[in-house]
Amino acid sequence: MATKLGPTPVKSPASGGAPTHHGPKGVGEDNKILSQGKWAAWLLAPTVIALGIVIVYPIISAIMMSFQKDAGLDPATGLFTAGGPAGIQNYVNWIAQQCSAPGGGTLACPPGTLGAQFWSATATTFFFTIVTVTLETVLGFWMAMIMARTFKGRSLVRAAVLVPWAIPTAVTAKLWLFIFAFEGIANKLFNTSILWTGSEWPAKWAVIIADVWKTTPFMALLILAGLQMIPAEVYEAAKVDGATAWQRFRMITLPLVKPALMVAVLFRTLDALRMFDLPYILTGGANNTTTLSILVINQIRQGFNAAAALSTITFVIIFLVAFIFVRFLGANVVEQSGATGKGKK
Amino acid sequence: MKAKLTATAALMMAGALALSACGGNTSSGTTAGGGDAAANLDGRGPITYVQGKDNNNVVRPLVDKWNAAHPNEKVTFKEQTDQADQQHDDLVQHFQAKDAGYDVMAVDLVWTAEFAARGWLQPLKDKMAIDTAGMLPSTVTGASYQGTLYAAPESSDGGILYYRKDLVPTPPKTWDEMMGMCSIAKANNIGCYAGQFSKYEGLTVNAAEAINSAGGSVLDKDGKPSLNTAEAKTGLENVAKAYADGNIPKEAITYQEEQGRQAFQDGKLLFHRNWPYLYNLATTEGSSTVKDKLGMTALPGTDGPGASSLGGHNVGVSAYSKNKATAADFLKFITSEESQRFFATQGSLAPVLTKLYEDKELVAKLPYLPVLKTSIENAVPRPVTPFYPAVTKAIQENAYSAIKGEKSVDSALSDMQKSIESAGAGS
Amino acid sequence: MSTATAASTLRAEQDKGRRASQNREKWVQSRTYISAAVILTWCLAPAYWMVVTAFRDVGFTYDTSLLPTHVTLDNFNTAFDTSFGNRFGQALLNSVFIGVVVTAVSLLIGVFAAYALARLNFRFKYLVLGFILGASMFPGVALITPLFQLFTNIGWIGTYQALIIPNISFVLPLTVYTMTSFFREMPWELEESARVDGCTQGQAFRKVIMPLAAPAIFTTAILAFISSWNEFLIASQLSSDKTQPVTVAIASFAGAQPNQIPYTAIMAAGTIVTVPLVILVLVFQRKIVAGLTAGAVK
Repeated sequence: MATKLGPTPVKSPASGGAPTHHGPKGVGEDNKILSQGKWAAWLLAPTVIALGIVIVYPIISAIMMSFQKDAGLDPATGLFTAGGPAGIQNYVNWIAQQCSAPGGGTLACPPGTLGAQFWSATATTFFFTIVTVTLETVLGFWMAMIMARTFKGRSLVRAAVLVPWAIPTAVTAKLWLFIFAFEGIANKLFNTSILWTGSEWPAKWAVIIADVWKTTPFMALLILAGLQMIPAEVYEAAKVDGATAWQRFRMITLPLVKPALMVAVLFRTLDALRMFDLPYILTGGANNTTTLSILVINQIRQGFNAAAALSTITFVIIFLVAFIFVRFLGANVVEQSGATGKGKK
Repeated sequence: MKAKLTATAALMMAGALALSACGGNTSSGTTAGGGDAAANLDGRGPITYVQGKDNNNVVRPLVDKWNAAHPNEKVTFKEQTDQADQQHDDLVQHFQAKDAGYDVMAVDLVWTAEFAARGWLQPLKDKMAIDTAGMLPSTVTGASYQGTLYAAPESSDGGILYYRKDLVPTPPKTWDEMMGMCSIAKANNIGCYAGQFSKYEGLTVNAAEAINSAGGSVLDKDGKPSLNTAEAKTGLENVAKAYADGNIPKEAITYQEEQGRQAFQDGKLLFHRNWPYLYNLATTEGSSTVKDKLGMTALPGTDGPGASSLGGHNVGVSAYSKNKATAADFLKFITSEESQRFFATQGSLAPVLTKLYEDKELVAKLPYLPVLKTSIENAVPRPVTPFYPAVTKAIQENAYSAIKGEKSVDSALSDMQKSIESAGAGS
Repeated sequence: MSTATAASTLRAEQDKGRRASQNREKWVQSRTYISAAVILTWCLAPAYWMVVTAFRDVGFTYDTSLLPTHVTLDNFNTAFDTSFGNRFGQALLNSVFIGVVVTAVSLLIGVFAAYALARLNFRFKYLVLGFILGASMFPGVALITPLFQLFTNIGWIGTYQALIIPNISFVLPLTVYTMTSFFREMPWELEESARVDGCTQGQAFRKVIMPLAAPAIFTTAILAFISSWNEFLIASQLSSDKTQPVTVAIASFAGAQPNQIPYTAIMAAGTIVTVPLVILVLVFQRKIVAGLTAGAVK
């Protein structure tokens, strides 16, 4: 590989904090940053516009709605009338689990209202996220390491791994519902009589198993792509130096795959925090499997503005998780890969 | 500098798109006022009819027939998915967007009040009135909100108690009688009774049936919850007790219609509450072991037939429709005796016209009709309230806990009561 | 990089340990096969059940014999039967079309963005990165209503673009992040040496960097394609009979009776949808990844 052209680092721009970048050669430095900025703007514009239409607009509209009251019933006409401005009441109601009281004002949400489920849904969402993402990472890493080896039938395994993920979620959920039925194949096969969707822990595990089955391939593929970019020579050199398999894994594989791994884990986490279809179809949210997204769609059917507030709260929760992730676990692609890039030289 | 400008421009473009879109429709989510009920009453022209998947291929031939007779007022048939939740959400989206593209739509019984209160459905009075005289009274109640008819009953449905006539000589008339016969099930080593007790809409149906059959009701005449009564307690307690002492097998807590049907067809249940569709499948499916042992009777009550929850669909006209006169004619067309007969023979859909239940030809084809008639005559619509989505959640959540024994029947009912009160209190 | 020297040292050392390592290699190899078998079982067992159910007579839906019983092709006929208004064939084409466009467009603009983020110096880089990531944080279920209204206002409901554009936005964050992280790992020195050899910057990118990035681009393409292939929520509300993708078509499968859930037909549809995708990936994997990477690296 070409090692002779060690590039001259360009000074960091005024914004600071950015790692060094290797720009194309030519012209003076000031011009370079200027022209790079221009290029960057053009290159990023399509992405920013696409996300602006589909994501930013709904978020802005949801935030605006979240400060409105939901329509109430006019007892005289029996028709709904617009609720008017609510201030932050919708948010307070969710977080403090307060519901409207019959005589006006609020009371602690009785069990059976959606409001009473906010914190338990949050806990469930985090529980599912932590368990599924951990299992998927470990399993996915293992699968990727196997698939990276050379052996007969490797492409068969690579294709097979895609199968769970290629089956549309709508079918997957029905398939698992079918498998986990009381008279279904799961109980038959293991000679058990578990009420998979009818009691708390089996229901949670049913959701977890289905989710891990479905999305581990996503992890495995991304990690595999990372593994493929490590030159084989690095391993062979390490073997010669007498490194054990575990050492090779810890000192070479892990650090070199880390950028890809972190992207995979980050996006899986964001997706898991918004988990919806699987528990919705499998358990209908019964037995403490209601996630925040299920709560959102249930609330949408009862009142849009409170649902908008809940969506915004979910957004903020996920934002905080992502922030912590990037800040403390070093999942920032730019910074992280800059560091490994340096380490390699 | 230029770079910054370009970037800013890109962001602004995205923002501008957002703002221009906001302008037209800011109130859409919060809006309460519906369409103008007085507008377009004489409008004639092509219309669109929307409903869920046409499983039995009954709508398409009817629409073709209509179109042949009305070349200038053609009906376009738009099918939604087969899932009720998605049908509901799809309709809501179109109503919120004040879309004139959906003229006539199938409205599940339980959405009628909500859509009416939002002002989305055209009241069926004066010029839009239809003749309901020959219809089963409970279907008309289920299509009305605050005394006004908002949709035309299209098809009905009611619960039937299926039983094994090889094991049960005379079917039970009351709940207590049925529980008394559970010793037969025990002797044969099968489950005694199951309905639909998984936590979903079917549980609301079953819980409401239990409460109504014991003489209680979920809501009173003014739409206020009335669950703090002895009758309601008896009703829910019946089910909870049966589950606790094993008369309802423990796996029934995971049953929706299909799982229950399967258990019954496999010969694992003595009594089973389900819809008429079970009859057609249990008598024909290859795997069914109860083909010749299938008995049918009305749901058991306290001292006579119980009160089934009413199922079925209504057909409403959008308040935003441009061609309401055509829409009204189309409603009359689908509720006509001829169409109703076609629904029944071709699609096994229970008719809403009383006299069809005594029609010899139909009864020969659909032997459950006499039982179903009793069921529907005694049926109570699930709570008619614009807050139905909240009410059904309150019932499901608490009934589920009560049946599983995680909560006493008393506190389940009182939580149900409070939840429904809170939903009705508005925000 | 010290790898080149290390590799040549290695070759000299290799002969010594060859015999000792042969036994070990056999052990490693058999362990690999055991692992591969476990992976195959885990991934394929539920899918096997899907296929078995797909071939089962609807009257025996809940049969739990492990081997195929009551085998029939009826379910596949049902799926493609247009007389009940199923448009499964059309839906398959729609899904392929939407998936291809979404993948192509999101890769193209994603690669642009990733190149800018990985290689160029500009202000607000972290803001842009955060913005892109932020797009993956809003509950998808809450996007539908505003999008529906937006698309109604501009008359897009039921058009292909109403399905394609949201899908592009859903896969873009992942595309950009994956590509950025891989671009950062690239030996960009190669690009510069190519330029010394007389290539323009564009040529250097196309001829040197792109082949190196092939595994990453291919992986990203699969991820993008499948996620658009799987998308259901948006499509269920924004598509029309003519534009609906397979996911919506499957959800519309109805039993012959109200309340009946046609599991066998749904599983048949799932099988039809999955098999071509896997074959496609298998073929492409060999051609693209094997071909390009081998040619470029060595």
